[in-house]
Amino acid sequence: MTKMVIRGNEATALGAKLCRPHVIPAYPITPSTMFPEKISEYIADGELDSQFVLVESEHSAMSAAIGASATGCRVTTATASQGLELMHEMLFIASGMRLPIIMAVGNRALSAPINIWCDHQDTISARDCGWLQFYAERNQEALDLMIMAFKIGEDKRVLLPAMVGLDAFVLTHTMEVVDTPSQDEVDKFLPPYKPTHIYLDPKRPITIGSFGTPEVYMEFRFAQDIAMSKEAPKVIDETFKEWEKAFGRKYQKVTSFETKDADIIIVTMGSMTGTAREAIRKLRAAGKKVGLVKITVLRPFPEKEIKEALAGAKVIAVADRSLSLGHGGPVWAEISSVFVNEAKKPIIQGFIIGLGGRDVLVKDFETITSKCEATIKSGKPEKLVDWINVNYEPLTGVN
Amino acid sequence: MQEQSCKVVSPKELFVSGHRGCAGCGEMNAVRQVLLAAGENSIVANATGCLEVASTAYPQSAWNIPWVHAAFENAAAVASGVDAALIALGRREGVNLFAFAGDGGTFDIGFQALSGMLDRRQKVIYVVFDNEAYMNTGIQRCSSTPYGASTTTSPPGKKSIGSSGSKKPIASIVAAHDIPYVATATIAYHADLKRKVQKACKIGGPAFIHVFAPCPTGWRHGSEDTIEMSRLAVETGVFVLWELEGGYDPSKITVTVKPKERKPVIEYLKAQRRFSHLMDKPAELKKIQDDVDAKCKMFGF
Repeated sequence: MTKMVIRGNEATALGAKLCRPHVIPAYPITPSTMFPEKISEYIADGELDSQFVLVESEHSAMSAAIGASATGCRVTTATASQGLELMHEMLFIASGMRLPIIMAVGNRALSAPINIWCDHQDTISARDCGWLQFYAERNQEALDLMIMAFKIGEDKRVLLPAMVGLDAFVLTHTMEVVDTPSQDEVDKFLPPYKPTHIYLDPKRPITIGSFGTPEVYMEFRFAQDIAMSKEAPKVIDETFKEWEKAFGRKYQKVTSFETKDADIIIVTMGSMTGTAREAIRKLRAAGKKVGLVKITVLRPFPEKEIKEALAGAKVIAVADRSLSLGHGGPVWAEISSVFVNEAKKPIIQGFIIGLGGRDVLVKDFETITSKCEATIKSGKPEKLVDWINVNYEPLTGVN
Repeated sequence: MQEQSCKVVSPKELFVSGHRGCAGCGEMNAVRQVLLAAGENSIVANATGCLEVASTAYPQSAWNIPWVHAAFENAAAVASGVDAALIALGRREGVNLFAFAGDGGTFDIGFQALSGMLDRRQKVIYVVFDNEAYMNTGIQRCSSTPYGASTTTSPPGKKSIGSSGSKKPIASIVAAHDIPYVATATIAYHADLKRKVQKACKIGGPAFIHVFAPCPTGWRHGSEDTIEMSRLAVETGVFVLWELEGGYDPSKITVTVKPKERKPVIEYLKAQRRFSHLMDKPAELKKIQDDVDAKCKMFGF
């Protein structure tokens, strides 16, 4: 273990490197460009023995990743925002073909208007693609989750691709102290990838990527859903435990902070969690019963863990850094679904926050808290989906 | 006419019967010929299209070699990944790595991925099976469709002559990428086709073979006339069989099968109902003949 001061992109590139990928197809895009830059440096310096394919688009990056993974290789890449959107078609194909490709995504807003800054719209829009989804709060998590993602995705019970989200600039370009495991330690943790389900070899000719008629298509999807919904949750827990044992850092699908007696629990993903934690400390010092739940794994959706973590709160405030136009925040909608069959339902309020790199500040969580206090008082939220720190009156003339 | 004889490498059929290709499908015939020439030590990355749909309905497969399909526009990119993977695994030596796609998946939607793969000089042998329209979706015009052809998206009418564009010269565009080997071929001249496939395999890639593959369903000719249409295309000069080795130098293009006396294009056109609306339009027929004459002149005959 060595302490390094590195940016988020270096953390994901280093994490990927330590996993000894065979093939890395990549295409540059802000804010993830540093990933292929670092990879090409490792290769140029003889530190990494991988095939680096400089493709002509993100669509081809994911296509080449699929070709390489289907041949039997460990494959990794990185992208963001519009790049992930261009890959979108191929994301479904990677997971449908059960290819455990591991990808870092610098979470960035989507056009239009074009914007290079942080929000979660890119990966959120890809949450139905059959990829495991992890969200990092810090650079340390970005590195650790990258390595764990290989172990989880490649597990024979799972065999699914995974993306590790890290917030644009807030993490991708910000230096933090990161404990980096040694090559020996990672080799001990992660065995070589030796697929037996599919690989292209003239000695064993098989047909990969068949045409699936209505007689078989649902069974393919069903098998994939078993891997995602039933197997992956177990494998994630096992891997998190194994990681803690090997490296001393604890991971959970959802992590609670000050929730025990909390009337209000705020839910976050990614880097805004640190800001929220600071706000909670301040609010607690002022005697307010507020807690925080951070979601690290969004797919498979940790329904059971979320229910346990949020039980007991009067109001749950979900801070979404993305938007399903016409139905509020996506994470708010998913968390609401967890309680739909419960006899005792908390009030679940959605807050849209920090889109396109709008700063998320301690005071924003104080605002959220006071809105939730008003809800407790009146028994009904003023707005079920609320926007934080947006100047919409001059734009539309309404409120 | 001259044709070199050429032995088939594989004693075993590598693309087998039982697939769902239409009766008289030129593409299925071409695929069988390409693989018999290449042999068992081959891998195919296939684009979406007739070939993929007709040959791989799960759990059946017509392929006796390793085969992978991902999507429509990316056969060249998927093959690029396979190429890199084989190198990484130390299994690249001796493997013929093919990308197979139709004309829609090559001239149009797959053009960027093709150009990228060629630019990266990856050892992929890209074979386009050209039946001159989006046949899998039911005969829609693409940039390979010849002038005047009737398709479901270029119907002739009061204000339409049929397809208004002229066929994109894909092999010449690929040749301009300065790659080691580019050739055109067609199924009626199987020895020529096999020789070209084997040359591409020997060179390794990037190589590009444009295979002209008549489609009875889309061209509306008899299913027993597929080979005849392929032959007529060459005999009239509609499709020129040529090859170029060693990089981009148009002066080094070799025409490999030269018709002794070129037949008039009308013989080719009148045999296919996709051109039947042109038969009472002498000015259009003359334009098509003039275009073919100009092309043949460019190729030196």
